[in-house]
Amino acid sequence: MSKKTHVTATLNGETVEFLCEPRHSLLEVLRDTLQMTGAKEGCNNGNCGACTVMLNGRPVNSCLVLGVEAEGATLETVEGIASHAHLHPIQQCFLEGAALQCGICTPGFLIAAKALLEQNPNPSEHEIRFKLANNLCRCTGYDKIVKAVQAAALELQKAAP
Amino acid sequence: MRSFEYEAPSSLAEATALLASAKGTARVLAGGTDLVVQLRERLRDADLVVDVKHIPELMELNYSPGMGLRLGASVPCYRIYENPDLVATYPALIDAAHIVGGWQIQSRASIGGNLCTSSPAGDTITTLIALGAHCVIAGPHGNREVPAQEFCTAPGKNLLQKGEILVAIVFPGPGQKSGSAYERFIPRNEMDIAVAGVSSWVRLDAAGKTIAEARVALAAVAPTPRFASEASQWLVGKPATAETFAHAGELAKKVASPISDMRGTAEYRTHLVGVLTKRTLAKAVERACG
Repeated sequence: MSKKTHVTATLNGETVEFLCEPRHSLLEVLRDTLQMTGAKEGCNNGNCGACTVMLNGRPVNSCLVLGVEAEGATLETVEGIASHAHLHPIQQCFLEGAALQCGICTPGFLIAAKALLEQNPNPSEHEIRFKLANNLCRCTGYDKIVKAVQAAALELQKAAP
Repeated sequence: MRSFEYEAPSSLAEATALLASAKGTARVLAGGTDLVVQLRERLRDADLVVDVKHIPELMELNYSPGMGLRLGASVPCYRIYENPDLVATYPALIDAAHIVGGWQIQSRASIGGNLCTSSPAGDTITTLIALGAHCVIAGPHGNREVPAQEFCTAPGKNLLQKGEILVAIVFPGPGQKSGSAYERFIPRNEMDIAVAGVSSWVRLDAAGKTIAEARVALAAVAPTPRFASEASQWLVGKPATAETFAHAGELAKKVASPISDMRGTAEYRTHLVGVLTKRTLAKAVERACG
């Protein structure tokens, strides 16, 4: 066993510290050490996107990031996107549009969709499908998810000053 | 995952020293989108993982019209396609960087990493060859530069020696009246490995009618990405027409020696080389004119 490394990062706006071995993925650290179980383990090889989190402002597969790489990083997970009692508009639109069934893929989709809408507030259907291609859903098909993202885009535009 | 040591040096000298003196197997970590999977699935082993993303030379992206592009080996794909200068000057590189895995992968995966993985189907490698790029390699005994088409030696293998590290990829300036394009064939719309891929670069004469220079390179149809030298040389002096592109496609097919596997038969892959050569040449010429 390798020596554990002490890592300090910012997670959903708060400073966190943890110990991890180099072989532990960021996903393992989030779920098993920090008890943040929103990000899910699907394929564990970068295909399914269920483990998507924001790392320094970019969406990444946390199963492909080593925990030790998070030193000094800013992380955002699905636990951080609602504000107090209010769901984020993207969460609300997924709920209202029934864009989920079993829910395993949902945290990854929410993070990726939020990142997409922050980069492009008015994406075309093609762009939504292209950018969310790294997120797999085996329940709904994708139409409801794409429609929920389109609905969230409209909500966010209405809310924008 | 089996346990390993982790180092994140902040200088090249430190990195090459770590790699050269490592007991057991040392591996370089850039975006980790190949390496972490390989380690987890025991396809590769590591006693030491050297994270090179804190080394400034590996994260630099420096473009000027005169000098061309110096692309640090660990620069993630998104920094390439979000750079307006590069979108305008190296369109084939943009085509390729956009389709390496999905969006999350592109946040981390680098062109240098794609090159060092040395897959015959690597989406960006053919483009490095078509654009005439050179690889800058640092090692315990100094630096060396090799043309991109010489880097890969066999599936998953390349010419890096123990202690050596790919530092950067250097692209010549695009030149007047030039254009490039990369296309691959996959059975779905995104997130797949190329059945075949072709990258083409052309430079037209002053009138924009005749091909002055061309480079065509092929992916997934040989043990390594291939430079189609006969097709590239034949194109010089030819009119930029559909007939010319089609004949270049026939010549490019001669370089293809594909295998048949679940992605396609050898015959189909060879056919695709002709089609994709024709299409990428047409697109490259269109971009050169635009």
